[in-house]
Amino acid sequence: MFEAFQFEFMRNAMLAGLLASVACGIVGVYVVVKKIVSMSGSIAHASFGGIGLGYLLKFNPVLGAMIFTLLSAVTMGLVTRRTKLPEDTAIGILWALGMALGVIFIGLSAGYAPDLMSYLFGNILTVPFTDILLMAALDVIILTLVIAFYKEFLLLSFDEEFGIVVGMPVDALYLLMLCMVALTVVVLIRVVGMILVIAMLTFPAALARQFTHDLKKMMMLSVVFGMLFTFGGLWISYALNLASGATIILLSGLVLLLSYAVTGLRGKVKARGGPA
Amino acid sequence: MTALDVVRLEDVCVSYDGTPALEGINLKVAEHDFLGIIGPNGGGKSTLLKVILGLIKPERGMVTVLGNPPDRSRTKIGYVPQYSNYDHNFPVSVIEVVMMGRYGKAGLLKPYGRVDRAAAQKALTRVGMLDHAAAQIGQLSGGQQQRAFIARALVSEPQLLLLDEPTASVDSAMQTDFYELLEHLKEEMAIVMVSHDIGAVSVFVDKIACLNVQLYYHGSREITPEILEATYKCPVQLIAHGDIPHRVLREH
Repeated sequence: MFEAFQFEFMRNAMLAGLLASVACGIVGVYVVVKKIVSMSGSIAHASFGGIGLGYLLKFNPVLGAMIFTLLSAVTMGLVTRRTKLPEDTAIGILWALGMALGVIFIGLSAGYAPDLMSYLFGNILTVPFTDILLMAALDVIILTLVIAFYKEFLLLSFDEEFGIVVGMPVDALYLLMLCMVALTVVVLIRVVGMILVIAMLTFPAALARQFTHDLKKMMMLSVVFGMLFTFGGLWISYALNLASGATIILLSGLVLLLSYAVTGLRGKVKARGGPA
Repeated sequence: MTALDVVRLEDVCVSYDGTPALEGINLKVAEHDFLGIIGPNGGGKSTLLKVILGLIKPERGMVTVLGNPPDRSRTKIGYVPQYSNYDHNFPVSVIEVVMMGRYGKAGLLKPYGRVDRAAAQKALTRVGMLDHAAAQIGQLSGGQQQRAFIARALVSEPQLLLLDEPTASVDSAMQTDFYELLEHLKEEMAIVMVSHDIGAVSVFVDKIACLNVQLYYHGSREITPEILEATYKCPVQLIAHGDIPHRVLREH
């Protein structure tokens, strides 16, 4: 593993993993406590339309993904707040439309689509330096938003109705939160792929929730877990020659399930008044 | 000069998809009033509170709170929503919840400061919950949570306190404590409380009204069987008031 560090692609991979962990750790906490996991999954899958557009019009597919995730976040926010369309119906529509557009765009683009698989399933080893710069910029934007709107996002997640009562612009803040999710999806696409993004938005935050009742601590823990999973998964994939994105997800999923199992067992022991 | 009405509703009508929820509601709440509103589930109790808060705009009629439209008076209203309205596992401490009530004073983008924290501690002291300030909200008992949410409503120093089914989660042993707390609070603000629990409400409030789409309001807290029957559309237990509250069950 250590000899691997001398390679530039390995350094890039570590940097990408670091940046991805910060974004998914922090925004993932909101995704989990605000219960917008499916909403975020929909935004992530809609990004495929943008990736396809990038291939078709020959610009960086990651930028295309950003346009599509932001557009779908705003659409989603407006549709669920301003119309009577049920939320999960809107989620399904956007999810499928984005994917379908992506398939059509890629079909229309001449020739074959190089490294399409890396957008779908991620490949942390092939992240180009320009994308790392973009990821860093997005991390800065996300961090700034979370620090600036900390008390607003807390109230929005905890008790939206009370937010309205005390005069907070909840609809605008909800849109902003969804846009933050959209940017996080973009940060994560290169690392775990658009299909698995939702796992990185959920697992580290859900695991952090097992250990603390404080939102800030939950964010910090979640970032740390994200890093452990990314680097641990990367190491396992390197050692066993497996796909890196899927290995990262599998590792974090297993740890999360294990933690739930331990909590469940402890709860049972407690309920029985079991051994001291 | 007469004192300004804290709440004034004139001929207010609200309907959901053509089904009337509130019809021709007239209501006045004066300073230091403690008004209890009872009625069956689905009778429009929560809707009425939301109209007073300005969350629901009536199709007809006029609403004023402290002489202004509700959305302009909102910072002077303390609101305690129904118990079930939030995720009890949410990672947030009691004092953080109480500070949310300071939002109107702090404003967008400004973090809560020392003044807000002090106000939150004072509000928690008033409801006897300062010792639990650091606890996660879901770890408290139902009655303690209710107190924390009352502290959140009090922290903005409101002139009107609205309570939606506040006793639903409070066990009966705690209820008397809870009403004693409200007795003290009404010295400083008007209180409107809705409940389907007739027994509890009528003992402690000063005025009572029955709501089932229409409002049967009668100023005093004496309820006649006719009014209760009109509200609930069936014979109900009737509570007589005396030195010791007791219930009189009419024939069914």
